[in-house]
Amino acid sequence: MIQFLANNGNELLIKIWEHLYISLISVLLGVIIAVPLGIALTRIPKAAGFIMGVVSIIQTFPSLAILAFFIPILGVGKVPAIVALFVYSLLPILRNTYTGVKGVNKNLLEAGRGMGMTSWERIIHVEVPLAIPVIMAGIRLSTVYLIGWATLASFIGAGGLGDYIFNGLNLYRPDYIIAGAVPSTLLALIVDFLLGRLEKRVTPKGIKTTPEVI
Amino acid sequence: MLKFDHVSKVYKGGKKAVDDMNLEVEKGEFVCFIGPSGCGKTTTMKMINRLIEPTDGSIYINGENIFDKNAVELRREIGYVIQQIGLFPHMTIRQNIALVPKLLKWPEDKRFERAEELLKLVDMAPEYLDRYPHELSGGQQQRIGVLRALAADPPLILMDEPFGALDPITRDSLQEEFKKLQRSLGKTIVFVTHDMDEAIELADRIVIMRDGKLVQVGSPEEILREPANEFVEEFIGKDRLVQARPNIQTVEQIMNPNPATITENKTLSEAIQLMKEKRVDSLLVVDNERKLSGFIDIEIIDRFRKKAVQVGEVLEKDMYTVEEGTLLRDTIHRILRRGTKYVPVVDKQQMLLGIVTRANLADIVYDTIWGEEENLAASEQ
Repeated sequence: MIQFLANNGNELLIKIWEHLYISLISVLLGVIIAVPLGIALTRIPKAAGFIMGVVSIIQTFPSLAILAFFIPILGVGKVPAIVALFVYSLLPILRNTYTGVKGVNKNLLEAGRGMGMTSWERIIHVEVPLAIPVIMAGIRLSTVYLIGWATLASFIGAGGLGDYIFNGLNLYRPDYIIAGAVPSTLLALIVDFLLGRLEKRVTPKGIKTTPEVI
Repeated sequence: MLKFDHVSKVYKGGKKAVDDMNLEVEKGEFVCFIGPSGCGKTTTMKMINRLIEPTDGSIYINGENIFDKNAVELRREIGYVIQQIGLFPHMTIRQNIALVPKLLKWPEDKRFERAEELLKLVDMAPEYLDRYPHELSGGQQQRIGVLRALAADPPLILMDEPFGALDPITRDSLQEEFKKLQRSLGKTIVFVTHDMDEAIELADRIVIMRDGKLVQVGSPEEILREPANEFVEEFIGKDRLVQARPNIQTVEQIMNPNPATITENKTLSEAIQLMKEKRVDSLLVVDNERKLSGFIDIEIIDRFRKKAVQVGEVLEKDMYTVEEGTLLRDTIHRILRRGTKYVPVVDKQQMLLGIVTRANLADIVYDTIWGEEENLAASEQ
């Protein structure tokens, strides 16, 4: 173990960094696309069912298939891996944003409308703050999934901790497998913990103690 | 101030919610829309701030057709209070009250100053400003709901059964408080309710609606005295019509002017002796000028007879009183609802004038029942 770290310590750090970087960029892209899309879908309920259905179907594709699917289009390397993982991050974030915003008490929206809030002001001042806990839960879930799936990205040459796992499998070297699996698990746990802290910070104070109001 | 001109609303499927409505509301007037559910009262109110768009007709505010204005701007100029209170749980009381000023882009210090100023109107301490809605009681929350509607000082306020979700006692006190507030601020108010007691107590004018049409429009007195038809009569209820009998109007007419009283410096044994003499279970405590300071009853005496000697030490100061000139119809249901056995009548200086007891009420009801039957007998002959 110590021997392994002595030999591969630097490389391990680089792999961890790569891994983190691939998954976080994908989640970030997912948040940028899925949160506004989720909010937009609450305005067009007719399209909502259809789009959610499509995203759900994509979610059921095997992850290796998706990764392989992007090779002819984007080639190999980090970019196709990020794109493929991003597609996976969409559903949990989209679904939670949609249900979170949809679940905001109708009376509050009516009060906001009656007081003269524009549709935009209602989103910014009422719907998003009240849906934050649910949206954040989606982001957390998505991030943890993605850190796991990012190991597969090494399959199309994106690097990351998956490299160790695949090498270990090919060479029958359990130490390599462990060196890939353990850090990626730890990474997932740490990121989940940090996101949990973030969730607490961004949840408005008034609804922390009364989750039932949303 | 507010004018409905042949306004109709037909919902999809052909249901006529409001049918060719014409109505004018004066500035500073308190108008209650009342009727059974589905009569179109809420629809009518929501058309004023364009939450619902009418199918036909126009509505004018100060001579201006509201459909020529931007709906969002229009709503910011009209206060709005809803039944479920609708305070935003993620905002402090300060932010909730100052929301419309914020939408109107007032500078922050002016907004917060306004919030503090308003909170004083309802006798709530400034520390509430930094609390969140869930930390307040239902009554307090609805007070804030009303303040929020007042924040940008709109001349017109719409209220959709604002006190409907509160318990009767809180509702009572809030109604009273609100009526005072409205009188002092001179706002025009359109108030929707299905509670006739509430309408009678608050309104300058009551608009009774049924199936989208106006059935009767008039002051509470007019409606009680001359209900337009059977529907109105039924809706008001027999007991209220009885209370509105023209020959009995104010509490002085039925009160007992000589209630059993005692002064603070008497001893408890004197008090109990007086009770026995007068055959009553409680005494009103007054000073030498007959100014009411509280009451003492058999329970209090029993509880304190070993510890206290004088009436002044144990009297209960917290009691419900009515001022002279109060209309009987307001008093009766309050006595009945609060479950109090009697209510002292005082003048503006808290001088004791008399007492209204449940026995007095029984007298009126008795008179009414027999009075009516006598009339009936007379007409048959």
